[in-house]
Amino acid sequence: MVTDVLLFIVFFALLLFMAWPLGSYMAKVYHGERTMFDTIFLPIEKTLYRLAGIDATQEMNWRQYASGLLIFNILGLAAVVAIQGLQAMLPWNPEGLAAVPFHLAFNTAVSFITNTNWQAYSGETTMSYFTQMTALTVQNFLSAATGMAAAVALVRGLARKNTKHIGNFWSDMVRSIIWILLPLSIVVSIVFMQQGVIQNLSPYVTVDTLEGGWQTIAMGPAASQEAIKLLGTNGGGFFNANSAHPFENPTPFSNLVQVLSIFLIPAAMVFMYGKMVQDRRQGYAILAAMLLLFTVCLGGIYASERYGNPIAEHSGVNEPANMEGKDIRFGINGSALFAAVTTAASCGAVNTMHDSLTPLGGMVTMLQMMLGEVIIGGVGAGFYGMMMYVMLTVFIVGLMVGRTPEYLGKKIEANEMKMVVIAILIPAIAILVGSAFSVMVDAGLAGLNNAGPHGFSEILYAFASAAGNNGSAFAGLSANTVYYNLMIAATMLIGRFGVIIPVLAIAGSLAEKRVSPPGTGTFPTTGSLFVLLLAGIVVMVGALTFLPALSLGPVIEHLLMLQGLTF
Amino acid sequence: MSTNSNGFNKKILIQACGEALLKLNPKVQVRNPVMFTVWIGSCLTTGFVLRDLFQGSGGNTSFALQITVWLWFTVLFANFAEAIAEGRGKAQAQALRQTRRQTQAKKIVHDKPQVVEAASLRKSDIVLVEPGDIIPSDGEVIEGMATVDESAVTGESAPVIRESGGDKSSVTGGTRVLSDWIKVEVTANPGETFLDRMISLVEGAKRQKTPNEIALTILLVGLTIVFLAAVTTLYPYAIYSEINISITVLIALLVCLIPTTIGGLLSAIGIAGMDRLLKRNVLAMSGRAVEAAGDVDVLLLDKTGTITLGNRMAAEFIPAAGISMAEVADAAQMASLADETPEGRSIVVLAKQKYNLRERDLTNLEAEFIPFSAHTRMSGVNLKDKVIRKGSVDAIQKYVREKGSELPENVKSACEGIAKSGGTPLVVTEGSKVLGAIHLKDVIKGGIKERFKELRQMGIKTVMITGDNPLTAAAIAAEAGVDDFMAEATPEGKLALIREYQEKGMLVAMTGDGTNDAPALAQSDVGVAMNSGTQAAKEAGNMVDLDSNPTKLIEIVEIGKQLLMTRGALTTFSIANDVAKYFAIIPALFAAYPAFGIFNIMRLSTPESAILSAVIFNALIIIGLVPLALRGVLYQPLGADMILRRNLILYGLGGLVAPFLGIKLIDVLLAAFHLV
Repeated sequence: MVTDVLLFIVFFALLLFMAWPLGSYMAKVYHGERTMFDTIFLPIEKTLYRLAGIDATQEMNWRQYASGLLIFNILGLAAVVAIQGLQAMLPWNPEGLAAVPFHLAFNTAVSFITNTNWQAYSGETTMSYFTQMTALTVQNFLSAATGMAAAVALVRGLARKNTKHIGNFWSDMVRSIIWILLPLSIVVSIVFMQQGVIQNLSPYVTVDTLEGGWQTIAMGPAASQEAIKLLGTNGGGFFNANSAHPFENPTPFSNLVQVLSIFLIPAAMVFMYGKMVQDRRQGYAILAAMLLLFTVCLGGIYASERYGNPIAEHSGVNEPANMEGKDIRFGINGSALFAAVTTAASCGAVNTMHDSLTPLGGMVTMLQMMLGEVIIGGVGAGFYGMMMYVMLTVFIVGLMVGRTPEYLGKKIEANEMKMVVIAILIPAIAILVGSAFSVMVDAGLAGLNNAGPHGFSEILYAFASAAGNNGSAFAGLSANTVYYNLMIAATMLIGRFGVIIPVLAIAGSLAEKRVSPPGTGTFPTTGSLFVLLLAGIVVMVGALTFLPALSLGPVIEHLLMLQGLTF
Repeated sequence: MSTNSNGFNKKILIQACGEALLKLNPKVQVRNPVMFTVWIGSCLTTGFVLRDLFQGSGGNTSFALQITVWLWFTVLFANFAEAIAEGRGKAQAQALRQTRRQTQAKKIVHDKPQVVEAASLRKSDIVLVEPGDIIPSDGEVIEGMATVDESAVTGESAPVIRESGGDKSSVTGGTRVLSDWIKVEVTANPGETFLDRMISLVEGAKRQKTPNEIALTILLVGLTIVFLAAVTTLYPYAIYSEINISITVLIALLVCLIPTTIGGLLSAIGIAGMDRLLKRNVLAMSGRAVEAAGDVDVLLLDKTGTITLGNRMAAEFIPAAGISMAEVADAAQMASLADETPEGRSIVVLAKQKYNLRERDLTNLEAEFIPFSAHTRMSGVNLKDKVIRKGSVDAIQKYVREKGSELPENVKSACEGIAKSGGTPLVVTEGSKVLGAIHLKDVIKGGIKERFKELRQMGIKTVMITGDNPLTAAAIAAEAGVDDFMAEATPEGKLALIREYQEKGMLVAMTGDGTNDAPALAQSDVGVAMNSGTQAAKEAGNMVDLDSNPTKLIEIVEIGKQLLMTRGALTTFSIANDVAKYFAIIPALFAAYPAFGIFNIMRLSTPESAILSAVIFNALIIIGLVPLALRGVLYQPLGADMILRRNLILYGLGGLVAPFLGIKLIDVLLAAFHLV
């Protein structure tokens, strides 16, 4: 218990210690200020622009920015589908894996461009090394950079005044990758390799087991994909077992590095925001609200797993703590922390079977996704998602001080409210409607592994994960069917671009506004009261929307479990 | 214009009940998306009840019927709230209409007055108005001077003077000339007069949603949609979970969850805000202006009339060396006896109060009074044996120099001292012998300093505008406690100042009455024109103060803030209510799983009574909050932080707790009367 809490404290301390300077560095990168790496990166950047014929100094309005982003992602989608379809003809396919069927390829492509990394396939039996490296790993970088670009555009909208311009999409993409994602990934993948994560292009190895049988052990360039999988909050495992696989996440130390990598950039973005709007306290307040919510969620998962399942205790099978689906080398603490982090951050990498979490532990992971992945959240996505709640809070509560609600001196008016409502509404409705549809049709019910409330949770989790662009799963649902591949793909697209486009629209309309100076009459958006209000509004909106659904899933499952009934 | 102070007279209440029924028309309902949702829900449940009645379904028809009735009440209560808010304005409009009816006008045609219908007058027609006549339309006095009773418009019975030229030349249609006559050039076509606009404003006929109201409506629609999704998807979830839920119950749940409290009261709040302004005799040309008033960052206040009493008052006599105080006072009073200006009268009064100098018999003194002339810039009195003059320092200096004398040093320095302190020095002289100085002082209005302090706490900056020199202005500014001042102000200077603040992102409010104020009024975000002012000023501003009281700007700001606060408070209350409603309804909904009983923390008697109690509470709270919506939440001049804490506790926490108590109470009553 004490060591468990100690791990959590070390995690928080290391996170803040690393995210703070990274935030300052990122602010410099996006402002185009000098950084220590310019001598190496500037020539690369210039060459790229020259090759692509991009004028990176040209400022864009929000429509141009959004068009660039959409076109870029559509091209990415096409490329990933194509590579999967052609992988049998392409190199680096020692196992001779066949072309991926279209519905799965489409689902996977959507999944990787939306930073979801929902995997309806198992990597080692479906994707060639070429596909893993050129399609999936590349999209891990690009989708992360897309989220960061959208977030930076929103920050600019808040920081600037009386302009239509919110930056240059291409420049934001290139700088996100070259200055931030690539160098960090290289460092982290080296750490992983040192810990024992594999990195090779060898064919699979067949070994004789102690029992006298034989086993095929999958190989591949895992470390290079592993780093960006976490840093970019992508979460798509190289192997099916994801971060529970010893070749992806071999040791408790690598586990700690993994959870830190997931939160690092999203947390740094909030620090970066404070610096870019020249009021660091604004960033602190938002991060404080995120960490407050996260602490509660982590506590919830940990307590629930630690308390475990009374049925297991009475049967004398094992201790009350719920170790089902968890790896001994990570323990309750390492598993609960990973489950909390990966669902908070829309990462979706897992080192634990979420289907085997206790009902309430599983509910917390689900709730974190349903809240819109704003508790730290995905790279960029978490920040801009939370900003939607910030504006909602400012609007609802700010009215009570007797002024038109303002944030950073910018009035929150009908146009912003429309976009905020859309951005918050769209993922929520996608989850509710997607799940409702799936429990009504045979194709939806066909994939269920469990009956009753647990089966319902599996469906609900799948859509929450897709809409929140998380990508983890209550793996009890067999999702590699035409129905689920298409439904989930649609949900992922809605959950991603249904938020990004309103966010960019808000960035554009905020940039045009004038800034009224803060005073004693304006609603303060720093300080503990605001932190509590923001966290409160996030919980209220999420709870009010999903309480009926959650009641029929994890809540009733928990209540029945206490009565000795399982599913 | 004045109304019954509580505004709830019986007639309005009865009318509102009728209006509430009329507003059930879907064409009216569709304007309010939240209540329209309830309306559709009510129609659906009515259909189910009727079906059950005719087909004799085995369901609990009495329960469904009660739900249906309360759903309709929810819609009716919201209609009633809006009708009540409108009712007050309608009563006022009715009164205004009567003054307008069938006025005749004496139109000047070829220099001869000719009686025509007032409604036939067009712009730039000229009419003659004589005692007893009602001024037929808005216009400018082009000839003559008259006392006018404007009580029909302002409610103020004291007559005012209207004359050609200057800033008191505008007249309003519907007012009555009491004495003398005027010729008026009509400035408004029929239907566009001030009275017409006023009628349509108070009636709310042209009421458009204000920007903030639109934004809030979007939020409410968003919440409605999300709850609609949550409730409709619950149906398939329940089927999957093998729980039987009737659609009537789902509709009840939906109505409880969507923000009906604020949705039902939103338009009443807006109308009531305009109405509160109207009660203070301020006519806002748009709701947008009222909202902007709440956002104001800077108040530009004219010194005269707002910060200081209209006129300077004598505060002190300062004798020259070798002259007694009584002598100065006596001479000063003597020189001012015939001076009817407020300054002159204040000198007489001061001498009387301080030195007990009585007014004396003027005929005995054979006094000949010399009025102030622009040429000599002095006034005074010639008596049998002496000549007394009073005037500005320069004028008297010139006067005594001509007589071969000089201002004594101590008088000179006293005058400088007075000027530095923000006062105006006058010098009194008897022939060439300078007796002393009079200190005329601007008198700061009582309580205004505290008012400015309050404004500062609210985060509003006050700027004094004055034509005085910077020295005087600084002294008065310091005494009144304004944040800043603009001395030697010109209309151009004012305009530039407003632009400067707006550049910094601030919203500026000001008052004005003269034609030369018009550009600044138009530029400012909230421009309050004095009703006594010119037509140009009234058209440039977005509010008109019928009392012509510049201090009212502060009240206008407060009303604007109160309007926004009321919306925020009720929105918060409405959303916070949902927590308790979930606790009432979810266990009732899933009664098939008795395990859910642990969430029935209110221990409501049966599932039916739990749902019905929530629906009844949801309807009654609308009626319960009507007075708050009309009155506005309590406003206190505090910083945003304090206001926020206070309102959060009251409406946030209150909104969480109140429904738990209310629903439980209703449940107890329902059980006691065996209604479910």
